Amino acid sequence: MATLELKGIKKSFGATEVIRDMNLDVKDGELIVFVGPSGCGKSTMLRMIAGLETLSAGQISIGGKRVDHLPPTDRGIAMVFQSYALYPHKNVRGNLGFALKHAGVDKKEIEERVNNASEILGLSDMMERKPRELSGGQRQRVAIGRAIVREPDVFLFDEPLSNLDASLRVHMRVEILKLHQRLGNTMVYVTHDQVEAMTLANRIVVFRDGRVEQVGTPLELYRNPVNIFVAGFIGSPAMNFLNAEVQDYAVTVAGSTICSTSATNGKAKLGLRPEHLMLNDGGPFKGTVSVFEHLGGESFLHMTLPDEQMLVAKLDGERSFAPGDACSLGFWADHCHVFDMDGTRVAQ
Amino acid sequence: MILKERISNTGIHAVLIAYSLLALFPLILILINSFKSRKAIFRDPTGLPLGDSFSGKGYASVLSNSDFPLYFGNSMIVTCVALVLILLLGAMAAHALSEYQFPGDSFIGIYLIVGIMVPIRLGTVALLQLIVDMGLANTLTALILVYTAQGLPIAIFIFTEFLRSVSREIKDSARIDGLSEYRIFFEVVVPLVRPVIATVAVFSMIPIWNDLWFPLILSPGDETRTVTLGVQQFIGQYTVNWGAVLAALSVAILPVLVMYVIFSKQLIRGITAGAVKG
Repeated sequence: MATLELKGIKKSFGATEVIRDMNLDVKDGELIVFVGPSGCGKSTMLRMIAGLETLSAGQISIGGKRVDHLPPTDRGIAMVFQSYALYPHKNVRGNLGFALKHAGVDKKEIEERVNNASEILGLSDMMERKPRELSGGQRQRVAIGRAIVREPDVFLFDEPLSNLDASLRVHMRVEILKLHQRLGNTMVYVTHDQVEAMTLANRIVVFRDGRVEQVGTPLELYRNPVNIFVAGFIGSPAMNFLNAEVQDYAVTVAGSTICSTSATNGKAKLGLRPEHLMLNDGGPFKGTVSVFEHLGGESFLHMTLPDEQMLVAKLDGERSFAPGDACSLGFWADHCHVFDMDGTRVAQ
Repeated sequence: MILKERISNTGIHAVLIAYSLLALFPLILILINSFKSRKAIFRDPTGLPLGDSFSGKGYASVLSNSDFPLYFGNSMIVTCVALVLILLLGAMAAHALSEYQFPGDSFIGIYLIVGIMVPIRLGTVALLQLIVDMGLANTLTALILVYTAQGLPIAIFIFTEFLRSVSREIKDSARIDGLSEYRIFFEVVVPLVRPVIATVAVFSMIPIWNDLWFPLILSPGDETRTVTLGVQQFIGQYTVNWGAVLAALSVAILPVLVMYVIFSKQLIRGITAGAVKG
């Protein structure tokens, strides 16, 4: 059980700054998700916590003890990799017990811990198989098992589900959540998938270009994104952004007043999530349907406004549209987000 | 369609069989003539050793009245030790070059690999001088050192390419598991590149085993002759004991053949790795 503390961390490769001043306190037992587009530095940050990458500046502490000068194996961490990184020439039992064997743990305890992990993950009847004889999901379970066996203070996951197919990914996501509930360990999970971030995290850290854009619970990020980047990254389909005018604390789009704001007069961006738009004949957004995607239970309507701006709405599965149909959308008034032209959120 | 496929298959096989025959012809010639008497060899070089043309004399003289077992032993020692050194040092150097970043790493990489382009025989005179100065003339050590130097560049080149393909995450995972860098190399990386090791082994072994040049120059003494040099004793100034020469060469093929059979499965995997997705 341990806290994790990142203080003033910087990392550059040559002249490229990958992490610029990262600060974060992770509480004991918390599941933190690092999320962001590829190349934003989230994996590098994780590798620095693991000790696989050196720091250019800053401190890392685990359980109150400074660890940034220690080799990976002494930091009390275990890591699960995207490519599983199993030893191909060892069977499942060998893979699970490898670290302990090297640490000189006695045989009986190794067996106990290996069996315990294999039970948790349902690997018991494939202990003698080699990794190549396992499916992707099973391999990932072995990789997680290898981490469990080490009984680490902090679990690190580096995009562990990216190599799995969609249905298995959903399944394994639930497995990881159950695992966290069961073990109660501190976990840091890196992903570029915002759905994984939303479903798994106690708190999400949104990265962009080596900087933390926002830290918060999934709902905080969803309801109160600090800027356009976070607003567009969290939620699927992504939030719509419309060019708007602010006049006397009122936001107008194409002549119709949408909501009030504290912003000063001038141009602004209005953010509306697709799920907060609905069909409404008297609504302020009138346009033509350009694409209509029907998913059965729900549907996505892509609408072009008269001034060529696009708007996506998430509707129920009841009505159908054809491209070219005229349609009119309304919105939930208390779910408007207003951003200034720099992309920063403006209070309402 | 099936007929067409069959015809093209037959065509491919015809070409391959023709090539195999061409490649095997000198070998077969050596083998059949090694079992013939001297007269029969010159009377009918391509004839089979049947009837009175058959003679085991060549083998008899090779195995009985010469130091052939000694030469064989010398060849074995030189080849095996040089091979172990090439594989060990080559793989370790390649691992260092592909895994770690250090100042001058690309220069060292190029320096090690440039040896492929410079034939080691160009340096024979200097090598001889060096070996004599070190007091290693007429020793197997001299041969082992020279062959190791000769084999390293290509070994490092091949190993570097393959070691780069070993997933970084596996090595990182071993680091988290607490393995030292040496153990990562021996326990994680080496098992993963076994096919490549076999490939490099076969490629490096054949020129060493077959070499006549360096044994002739560096260690022509009675005690340190290798098989290829030993064969020369059957070639006299006035007469050549062809039966014995051919018999000696036939026996000399055996170890290479055995090695190939041992490594062939891995070798083919090594050569086709990357070519075929698997």
